[in-house]
Amino acid sequence: MEPMEAMEPILAEHPFFQGLEPGHLKLIAECATRVQFKANQYLCKEEQEAHQFYVILHGRVAVEIFSARRGPITIQTVGEGEVLGWLWFLQPYHWHVDARATEVTRAIALDVQCLLSKCEKNHELGYQLMKRYAHSLAVQFRVAKFQLADIYGT
Amino acid sequence: MALKKGSAGSLPAGDSDPMLPKLFRVEKRRRETQDTFTLVLKPAQGNEGFPFAPGQFNMLYAFGRGEAPISISGDPAQPQTLVHTIRAVGAVTQAICGGDRGEVVGVRGPFGTPWPVAAAKEADVVFVAGGLGLAPLRPAIYQVLAQRDDYGNVELIYGARTPQDMLYRRELERWRGRFDMRVHVTVDAAPPGWRANVGVVTNIIPRTRFDPAHTVALICGPGIMMRFTAQEFLNRGVKAENIFVSMERHMKCGVRHCGRCQLGPTFVCQDGPVYSYAYIKEWFERREI
Repeated sequence: MEPMEAMEPILAEHPFFQGLEPGHLKLIAECATRVQFKANQYLCKEEQEAHQFYVILHGRVAVEIFSARRGPITIQTVGEGEVLGWLWFLQPYHWHVDARATEVTRAIALDVQCLLSKCEKNHELGYQLMKRYAHSLAVQFRVAKFQLADIYGT
Repeated sequence: MALKKGSAGSLPAGDSDPMLPKLFRVEKRRRETQDTFTLVLKPAQGNEGFPFAPGQFNMLYAFGRGEAPISISGDPAQPQTLVHTIRAVGAVTQAICGGDRGEVVGVRGPFGTPWPVAAAKEADVVFVAGGLGLAPLRPAIYQVLAQRDDYGNVELIYGARTPQDMLYRRELERWRGRFDMRVHVTVDAAPPGWRANVGVVTNIIPRTRFDPAHTVALICGPGIMMRFTAQEFLNRGVKAENIFVSMERHMKCGVRHCGRCQLGPTFVCQDGPVYSYAYIKEWFERREI
């Protein structure tokens, strides 16, 4: 595990956490671990408990839905500057998709329980994270609608 | 920087009668995707070149079937051959695409306004293509790359439905291998083994490098895609007059007579197909016009 003080500047530079005050970054860093995945290694699998929320620093992750007839279908890729794991705020804290690194991927894994407990104790931190969470959900929702439109279909 | 408002500047269709087709023979036919073909045409007689500007289109005539407007997708620096990439979706385009080598087609054109390639010099240029929209953009890409030193950062974002639906695979790989251009490819859904992006083109824009105050964005693809993409560039500080889109409408004549391609106060055949977003946004994707 990397020393926590090294995490804060990395988190501060990531688009998801930009603008957070140092005190909040310090609290988040206390829940953070540096992780690395090889190509084709799974970050999570559907139905598994969501213990972590990933802040992608480098690499690319394919978000997949498994179909018994068609096998895994990639519906989205998540890369540098993005985050993975949207349902960690919501019970039952389970993954709803598979996520697989398509290349060597480096990330910061944030422990969900640790983060939730800090948000409960510090509502300003909770609000700041919730604002970012809501913004990202809105972007995801807009993208999903765009994708559903099948604009390239004939 | 701010480019000229309105259309990208219309070009005359030439000295000859614009309603009279010239005869061209199919020299080569290459299948790009399941339903899309690239045809290389040469004049049926003589070696007269076919000068055009990137973004312009021709009316291609399948004798006995009819005409369809098709963007020119070849290199403007090589006017000896005429290149069109065509999706075979209707009677006319199926007839054109189905023709064997040596088949004769009628060509009227070139028509319409070009991409503002010359006016974009010294700016960063971001090309955003969706599906078949890479075909009308390709001549502009050729022209920018031919004068690469005149431009800032050059980025290409290309979105398609699946990896199998991508046009010009080899060329994309070649462009990607250049050190002076960045190519981002994304598809809506992909099977295992696909190592590039999955998602919509607007997702890729934040990953591209451009200076919003000195950027020209050239966008071509389905209307919804162009609208979302233009909006994303606006959100990132690119001025509407520096965002250009290529509109597609049904048309019959190509010379402003038939009225089929009217879009608000403009006719796509001559005032377009390339418009600045600042000018066209009022009529862009508007219902019932």
